[in-house]
Amino acid sequence: MLEIKNLHTQFSTANGLLRAVDGVSFALHQRAAIGIVGESGSGKSVTALSILRLFGPLDKVSIRGEILFEGIDLVRLSETELRRIRGSKIAVVFQDPLTSLNPVMPVGEQIAETLRFHRRLNKAAAKARTLELMELVGIGEVARRYGDLPEQFSGGMRQRIMIAIAIACEPKLLIADEPTTALDVTVQSQVLMLLNRLRDELGMALIMISHDLGVIAATCDFVQVMYGGRVVERGHIQEILNRPNHPYTAALLRLVPRIDGPVQRKLNPIPGQPTPIFASVRGCCFAARCEFVTERCRTDDPPMHDFGNHHVSACWLAEERELGALTTKSTRITK
Amino acid sequence: MRRFVSFVPFVVNSFFMNDATPTTTAARTKPLLSVKDLVVRYTLGPGRVLTAVDQVSFELHPGETLGLVGESGCGKSSLARAVLQLIRPASGNVTFLGQELTRLNGAALRSMRRQMQIVFQDPRGSLNPRWRVGRIVEEPLRVHRLAERDQRKRMAHAMLAQVGLAPAYFEQRPAQLSGGQQQRVGIARALVTRPKLVVCDEPVSSLDVSIQAQILNLLQGLKEELGVSYLFVAHNLGVVRSLSDRVAVMYLGQFVETAPSAALFERPLHPYTMGLIASVLRPDLSARAQLDRAASYAAGDIPGLLHAPPGCRYHTRCPYAQQRCREQRPALEKVDGQDSHQVACHYWREIARNA
Repeated sequence: MLEIKNLHTQFSTANGLLRAVDGVSFALHQRAAIGIVGESGSGKSVTALSILRLFGPLDKVSIRGEILFEGIDLVRLSETELRRIRGSKIAVVFQDPLTSLNPVMPVGEQIAETLRFHRRLNKAAAKARTLELMELVGIGEVARRYGDLPEQFSGGMRQRIMIAIAIACEPKLLIADEPTTALDVTVQSQVLMLLNRLRDELGMALIMISHDLGVIAATCDFVQVMYGGRVVERGHIQEILNRPNHPYTAALLRLVPRIDGPVQRKLNPIPGQPTPIFASVRGCCFAARCEFVTERCRTDDPPMHDFGNHHVSACWLAEERELGALTTKSTRITK
Repeated sequence: MRRFVSFVPFVVNSFFMNDATPTTTAARTKPLLSVKDLVVRYTLGPGRVLTAVDQVSFELHPGETLGLVGESGCGKSSLARAVLQLIRPASGNVTFLGQELTRLNGAALRSMRRQMQIVFQDPRGSLNPRWRVGRIVEEPLRVHRLAERDQRKRMAHAMLAQVGLAPAYFEQRPAQLSGGQQQRVGIARALVTRPKLVVCDEPVSSLDVSIQAQILNLLQGLKEELGVSYLFVAHNLGVVRSLSDRVAVMYLGQFVETAPSAALFERPLHPYTMGLIASVLRPDLSARAQLDRAASYAAGDIPGLLHAPPGCRYHTRCPYAQQRCREQRPALEKVDGQDSHQVACHYWREIARNA
């Protein structure tokens, strides 16, 4: 249903050309859910935003590659044509409902707006359908709350309103960009449950972007790990969580502060920090911080090693690691 | 990054005349900080008063880390700032190093600040963007007149080394540093006067997981090297668990449970604590099932402080709520006669029995 081929998204900035997405390819089938995980600067958000070209009017962005949605290359579409897809066939739920919702427009009307634009419903029909949607996403007393402003709702409720707007036209694909990061943790579970339920009922595919592997584990079938604008590993959730191959994936899993198991007073962090990609990086994007780095890693781009069963890893040492020949030096503690 | 451990603290400590560590047993077990019935209020307008902290009491001992956890509106940040007198409490006592802070003002309060510092959540917002890193770290030494110019510079350099920043960073401005590096500067600034108490207000919340791990390691290491006590405010339970000796859980301005870290996670007694713990999604295959469990402990949304429910404030979301909970606010009770584990719930025994 969605096929992204060799996507390159670049921004012209005051500091030079920023390669936010540096050659990313993946596919997503109907009803499937893929989580994209990575830290700041990994390119996970920009990848998803590139699908719908959701950039600001002042962003000098160039997108190269193919984004095939139901056979049509979205990169080639005009703004008018793309607008017909945004909100109807492909919808987005953003991180911060406070900045994504219109603060001076009643929430009911914000939901109805989508229906009137894409489905050409008249005012009455749109309102009726909106009230149904508000019930569906768990907002109580819908008749009364239809006319309320976003500020009169809690964070969790505002996010439900965003979700209602997103699913109003029953999209084939839902992109959720850190949808629960700004919410309290006890509210997060409810919103994620709602997303799971809606996905089942409406048969949507999902791209979930998050820095939190727990959130992805609770909502997705596949997970794709990104670093430095590139994909470093991808596979079924079970596979990646149990047997991560790429050193970065393994490190991310190891560094999640746990509430179960033995208390880890000292973690074994990855040294250094992620740097934005300005120049063309030769070699593996993670080479500068990898504890297993070899000379070849620094000079040649690692191939995408395919283990079968949809599990791929971009590492020169993928095979050795798979066979358990290399293990993390977990006893070495660094500041 | 290498640890500049052994000789640095000795060299720097010799500059401090008052830096006496308690030598007698009595001094060691006396609390460093004692907070009693603290109340913090904000006036939002005529007749609209928000009680952000509602009669909170606790003690902190030398070298101990107390974690303060809770979600939006629980009052943990207000509590932490009121302890330091960055916000003045409406009532209650804060006794630090034998002094009653609520009664101090001006120069007397300022001189206490040498011993109590804070690391903020947003390093970008808390570092003066026009000052160089070196000057930022030297500032507390200058304000408290702890050293002359050359010595200050040496001490600032030593402190930067201790937080893992190379000498080259001394001359840079905060904007030239990454988030993690900026936070290291914030930590250096807080520790350069060798305070006995450091409030860490969500110090890693804005950092990526891999950087978060570095900063947590740093805080742990400094705690071991310098014997400093932390009041560690965070909403991430995993982070709190890794650093804290004891944890206090807050909800809408009140403590609902306090316990040693291990006990809190192994045997949480308050339904809200159970809900918080259940809401931390472990990245493993049971994650989807965890969602169900989490949602069952904490239904609905957190009410705003202005609409704090009567009786037990948690009753609107609690799966075990009874009539008594709607009417009567539960007091903190000791568990098994222990001071260390306390819970504010009318029915905690019954709930624990059936768990």
